[in-house]
Amino acid sequence: MSLDIPDGQFVVLVGPSGCGKSTLLRMIAGLEGITGGTIRIGERVVNNLPPSERDIAMVFQNYALYPHKTVAANMGFALRMARMPREEIANRVARAADILGLKPYLDRYPRALSGGQRQRVAMGRAIVRNPKVFLFDEPLSNLDAKLRVQMRTEIRSLHLRLKTTTVYVTHDQIEAMTMADRIVVMRDGHIAQAGAPLDLYDRPANTFVAGFIGSPSMNFLPGRIEVRASGPVFVADGGIELPLRPGGPVPQGRRVTYGLRPEHLVLGGEGSLPAQVRLVEPTGSETMAVMKLGRSDVVGVFRERVSVRDGETILVRPDPAHVHLFDPESGARLT
Amino acid sequence: MSETIPQGVPAPRPVAFARTVPSSGGRTGALRWLVHAVVAFIVLWFLPILALLLSSLRPQADTATSGWWMALVRPSYTAENYLLALDQLRIAGSLGTSLAIAIPTTVLVVLLSVIGAYALVRMNFAGRTALSLLLVALLVTPPQITLVPLLRLYNLMGLSGTIPGIWLYQVGFTLPFGVFLLRGFIALIPQELFERAHLDGASELRTFRSIVLPLSRPIMASLGIMAFLWSWNDLLIPLLFMGGSSMSLPITVNLAGMVAQTTQGQGPLMAATFLSVAIPLVLVISLQRYFVRGILGGAVKG
Repeated sequence: MSLDIPDGQFVVLVGPSGCGKSTLLRMIAGLEGITGGTIRIGERVVNNLPPSERDIAMVFQNYALYPHKTVAANMGFALRMARMPREEIANRVARAADILGLKPYLDRYPRALSGGQRQRVAMGRAIVRNPKVFLFDEPLSNLDAKLRVQMRTEIRSLHLRLKTTTVYVTHDQIEAMTMADRIVVMRDGHIAQAGAPLDLYDRPANTFVAGFIGSPSMNFLPGRIEVRASGPVFVADGGIELPLRPGGPVPQGRRVTYGLRPEHLVLGGEGSLPAQVRLVEPTGSETMAVMKLGRSDVVGVFRERVSVRDGETILVRPDPAHVHLFDPESGARLT
Repeated sequence: MSETIPQGVPAPRPVAFARTVPSSGGRTGALRWLVHAVVAFIVLWFLPILALLLSSLRPQADTATSGWWMALVRPSYTAENYLLALDQLRIAGSLGTSLAIAIPTTVLVVLLSVIGAYALVRMNFAGRTALSLLLVALLVTPPQITLVPLLRLYNLMGLSGTIPGIWLYQVGFTLPFGVFLLRGFIALIPQELFERAHLDGASELRTFRSIVLPLSRPIMASLGIMAFLWSWNDLLIPLLFMGGSSMSLPITVNLAGMVAQTTQGQGPLMAATFLSVAIPLVLVISLQRYFVRGILGGAVKG
């Protein structure tokens, strides 16, 4: 794999567990040896440099605070190891504490802090080093949902303020979407696709990325293309016909996977098909419904209030402008 | 803020226990009974020490005619037994010898155990697994079977009758347990802390000194107490290995000898015994907050 991260960019590595994203991060950090290739930070090849000389700072998932050291000592330890003068350490710690709102807690021990505060200390340890690169290894997965959203914003605004190049690992695609300048979706040690969050969302390169980015996931229906007088249509296995964007360069009879995001399923209108609702989940702002369309289960998300109950039938149709077509074998995008 | 970096773990307060015991709602009754039973057990357990203390303070004539509990009914106390013990039985010298054995033994056991445990957990070297197994083998080896060969070896090397000889023996036979205990504890220190230290640029030695040592302090205190008690209370080894020494006999050996004699009467023996109990007691009480935490700390990483 090859990945070039421009200076100051916030890059999120995302993928299912075991895809190698953490390993990649640990290789950049120098905690994991590499057997081949080159890792360069700035102009410097760091393949064989120990972590402390790579000019990086890493934030661990479980914070890895030294339990027997105060917040200030935790933040200053790396600087002390670098034999920095005491005043300079104190200054840097004070500045970082200021940025993170940790001033009142500098003399406390980690066990006397809340989860969010510990997370901030972990970030403070990274900030004081003033590194070229920040590395985050799933830093928010130990926090509760509300705090996670708050810390997400804080990390983002911290990045906007410090403009330090950041590599951030997560398995949570929402985190990736909301925080990244660029998302790198990984699968089995390879890059499945890299790009801006909305590019990945709008034009996923393959079924893996399409299914991974977005929640609820994209619906996939197997079937084939038929060219009619009115234009090409998609005929799903089981018989139902779904519209395609006109002008797609797809030959008659080709087998494809038809991809449609839940929010691109519209209620009613011309060409609607009956779908039997199996499950309705209203969240207030929107309604999610799992339904049977033809032979397949599909998920739809509607901004409108849908007043159907489980088992009833509603009329839906796909928005042809947002249909994705993939090759059924390779999973690669066709259009 | 301060730029000095305090290393100390502040004293943990054992309040957590006090809070959790009475708060279990419906089972409070049963728990209260359990607490009562435990307290009764503790009192029962403590009776001999109380008897020892009272007997050591009673005049010789009283001791001969009535049981120790009469000291509570008709109090009449004297320090005479202690004076006799210190003067005629040379108890002070014996206590000194015992301390000279127990303190270095304890320090060596704790220090070498933590170094050994760290190496076994954190360092990769050839024969690590074999060494771990050997450790277990040493744990189950009864020291008694080594007595005869070791005594001959000691005589050959001129270690017999010397205090360093006893250190060597006791350290050697406590170390497997010490390494075993600390290894379990150090293995529970999260991997991330070591990686963190590595990232922070700390050397192996620095990691050991700044991370492992402070974190292991409670378990080291526990081990220290145990090592001290074992060394202090040991009769067999000093009895066999201190023979022919010009020094005062260790307290256990001295006391065991005194029990055989009847000329001195019970009083001074009680006084001497109480002194031999009091020193470890003070040690345990002063370190007990570490002791409790150390045991828990080894079981679940807080």
